[in-house]
Formats: sequence, structure tokens, C-alpha cells
Amino acid sequence: MAARSRIRWDRLSLLFVFGLLSAIALVFLIAPTLIVLITSFTASQSLKFPPDGLSLQWYAALLDADQMQRAAWNSLVVAFWTTLIAVVLGTSAALAIARSRSPWLRAADTLFMSPLLLPALAFGFAALIFINRLGFTPNIPFLVLGHVIVCVPFVLRTTLASLSQLDPAILEASKSLGAGRLMTFRRITLPLIASGVSAGGFLAFMASFDNVPVSLFLADERTEMLPIHLWQQIETNLDVRTAAASGLIVMATLLLMVLAERFAGLTRQMR
Amino acid sequence: MRVSDSMLALPLTAIFVACFVAPLAVLLLLSLHGDISMTGWTLGNYAKFFTDRFNYSILVETLLLGLKATLVCLIFGFPIAWLCSRASPRWQSVLLFLVILPILTSVVVRTFSWIVILGRQGVLNQIVLGLHLSHEPLRLLYTEVGVVIVLAQVQMPLMVLPILAVLSKIDPNLADASRVLGAGEWRTLWRVTLPLSLPGVIAGCILTYSASITAFVTQSLIGGARLIYMPLHIYQQAVGANNWPFAAAVSIIFMVTVMIVVAVLSAIGRRSETYGGA
Repeated sequence: MAARSRIRWDRLSLLFVFGLLSAIALVFLIAPTLIVLITSFTASQSLKFPPDGLSLQWYAALLDADQMQRAAWNSLVVAFWTTLIAVVLGTSAALAIARSRSPWLRAADTLFMSPLLLPALAFGFAALIFINRLGFTPNIPFLVLGHVIVCVPFVLRTTLASLSQLDPAILEASKSLGAGRLMTFRRITLPLIASGVSAGGFLAFMASFDNVPVSLFLADERTEMLPIHLWQQIETNLDVRTAAASGLIVMATLLLMVLAERFAGLTRQMR
Repeated sequence: MRVSDSMLALPLTAIFVACFVAPLAVLLLLSLHGDISMTGWTLGNYAKFFTDRFNYSILVETLLLGLKATLVCLIFGFPIAWLCSRASPRWQSVLLFLVILPILTSVVVRTFSWIVILGRQGVLNQIVLGLHLSHEPLRLLYTEVGVVIVLAQVQMPLMVLPILAVLSKIDPNLADASRVLGAGEWRTLWRVTLPLSLPGVIAGCILTYSASITAFVTQSLIGGARLIYMPLHIYQQAVGANNWPFAAAVSIIFMVTVMIVVAVLSAIGRRSETYGGA
């Protein structure tokens, strides 16, 4: 009897401690998102939380924020091209890496993943020096290339993961039934890895849209990117319009995440 | 046929050589010169960094910051991963969704939200003062405690996901066997589950550590101008002081440090894999 109650106590205490730690962590994980959303609907002139009243006035004010709109458009355009290039090149490289045992490709894999670990700011600075030495000045195509470097690891990782789930017997079957390589890729491989590729593309898009360290060095003076514009707003005049823009970004992120979860099983792909 | 398969990696390799390897090589070259026109080799930039207390203490502070943020992530992240691994698939998705949310929300937005929370009249201080836990508002913004809290929140998924991946592969019979043999839950956790999950824990530590020490936006917005870590130091030297060769040397030192930390942790990770016998 004593032994059994000791075991129960043991079990309960572990669940309690782990549950408590997780609960605290979850509150800290969610609170910022909720608070920024609620604050963006404030009726007052300050960022006081909880707000005194609710209104849509700051969202309405965004309609006149020309500079912010231009910055948002620039960020969207760069994120679009970055994602397109990263998905095409990343998927094709993943196919090569997954099918091969060559030490060269192992090394290439490590190289492609390294931007995830190395300080992006140092890379951004290096790219600026490089462009400068070649006699160019920063511009949008250079910026997109810089973003591709830091975003491609996301595509590579999710695509490699879904390729490793792919049963080679299916490919053999397709081949023995007379399908060519291109046909096998289009009809068999691509549909089976599509969710991995799209989850990676989604992550790459978010990473590019949100990038500061590379854009800080590679965006030319006329092109302002949204995260940098918002940053300057936060540092100079903590304006409630920033909260509305933030609220908009949070809502768009949540929407995209739900879509990515529905169609690409995002949480499954990221494991 | 083999050859043409490998060819698929060529476009990305070409881009990486031209846009990643070449710039880093130029960065290294510039760091070994005294001026931007690159005349005359020198180790002066490196000597300046390691002989000046102000400079090398920034490196030490940055490495310590990463350690603190990683520990906080581990203390809270392991229980989340553990609960996730035992939850039903539906709850697992919900939990993971909440964990991934911060890393996908724009970093500037996230940091902005933390300024609202951590400020003098922020949410956290209202709670603390409301519950009479302290007589005066806590100073959290522009302090290291604040930076560690925010980094831990942001990087939590990088810790939870790899641990969860390993935990869900552990044979549940092992824990059952441990219990049948008389070990309690805590002992089972400590002697069976934790050692077996070490590869995941280390993979998580590598990701959170390198992300925390390189998190330029979080460090500079929450830390303010007085708390200087390596990324801000590089930025200030490059853009503020316009001293490109020195900024290049600081960048190289920082990159090499990150690589050493990652290499050491990966070596430990490889050893822990054989330990688990997996």
C-alpha cells in the first residue's frame, strides 16, 4: 500500500512540476501576441495596456501611412522573389542530396545549412563589402540574393525530411512501368513531397519578410523595408500606428499559419 | 544517371559560392588589412580586439547571454516537449502551434510587444505592483534579464522541436520497464528518458544558442544602447564608426566563435547518440 501511494505521489509531482513549467512557458509564449493585438485596437493616444476603450482609428490611420505602405510593398516583393528562387533551387538541391552518398554533396549540405547558424549580420556586412569591392552599390536584386542565402535552409530542411519519408520502391515501380524520369518526378515525387516543399516555402517567405540583418546592409537608400521602417518607428516615436501595423502583421501571420497547417501540415513538417 | 542527379545541386552551389563563400572570403581578407583599399597586410585589427578590455568583454558577455537564454529555454522547453510527446495528436498540434507562433511572428513586432509588456508602466509591472510583490516598478527593459526573457520566448521552438523529435522516437517500453523494475517517475525521467533524449537536447541547445547570440534585433531593441553584444558591436563599427576593416575582424572573430561552439556541442551530441545505443 505504502509503495503504491509513493508511486502515485511520484507520478503526480512530476506531472505537476512539468505542467507548471509548461504553463508558465505557454503564457510567456502567447502573451506578447495577444497584447499586441489588443493594444492595436486602442481608442487612446498611448500604448497603455489594457486600453481604455476600443476603436479602429489606428487601423484607419494606416490608410494614410504612405511610407509604411511602400515599405510593406517592398518587403512583399522581395519576399516573393526570394521564396520563388529558394523553393526552386532548394528543392532541386535537396533531390541531389537525398539521392546521393557522395562526400561532396554532404559538404554542400553543411554549407547550405550554415546560414542558419552563422550570424546573419556578419553575412550582410560581408555581402556589402563584396558588392562594394566589385564596384556596385546595393540594389534590390542583390538584396533578393542575400535573402535567398539565409532563407534556403528552411526549404532544404523540410524538403529533405519529406524526401527521406519517400519509399524508393514507389520510384522503382514508376520506372518499371515505363515512366521517364521527368514523368516520375512530376507524377510521383513532387506530389509526395509537396507538403514539405510548401512548408519550407512558407518558412522562407516569413523569414525573408521579417529579415533585418541582411536588409540593413543590402537595401539601397531609396528602398525601405517594412521591419526596418517599423524598427525606426519604435526607436524614435513609439506611435500607436506601429501597433496597428503590428496587429495587421500578427493577423496575417496567424491566417497564413492556419492555412499552412491545413494544407501542408506545418507542425508535422517542422518536427 | 548518378552524375546528372548530382547536377541538380549545381545551381544552388553556384549561388552559394558567388553570394556566400566569396563575400565571406573578402570579409576575411579585409579584416587582415588596415584600410579599405587593402594595402599592406596586418593583424592589427585582431590585436586591437583582444588587447582592449572593452572589446573582448563584449564577446564574453555575448557568449554568457547565449548560455543564460539557452538554459531558460531548456528548463521550460523540455517539459513542453515531454508533455507534447505524451499528448494526443490533436493536442500535440495545438501545443506545437502555440510554440511555433512566436518564431513566425515578425521579430520587430514581437520585440515591440515586449516593450509594452516590460516597460516601467508595462503589463508585467502592473501585475507586480498590483500584487504588492514590489514597492517600485521593476527595471526590465534595457536590462540583461529582459533580454534573456525575450530571447527565451523567441527561441523556444528551436529547443522544443528537436527534443520532441527524439522523445517521440523513444520506445515507450523502456520507461515501462523502468517502472516495473521499481523506479519512480522522477528516477525514470532522470535515468532513462533524459539520457535517451540527449541528442535532441543538444541539437536544441545548438540552435537556441547560436540564434540567441546572433539575435541582433532583440538584443538591441530590448537591451538598448547601453547593453552592447557582438552583433550590435559589428553594426556600430561598420556603420557608426565606418571602420570597415575592424568591423570585418570583429565579424570573423564572432563567426569563428560560433563555429567553435557549434562544433564542440555537435561532438558532444555525436557521443551522446552512441550512449543511447540508438
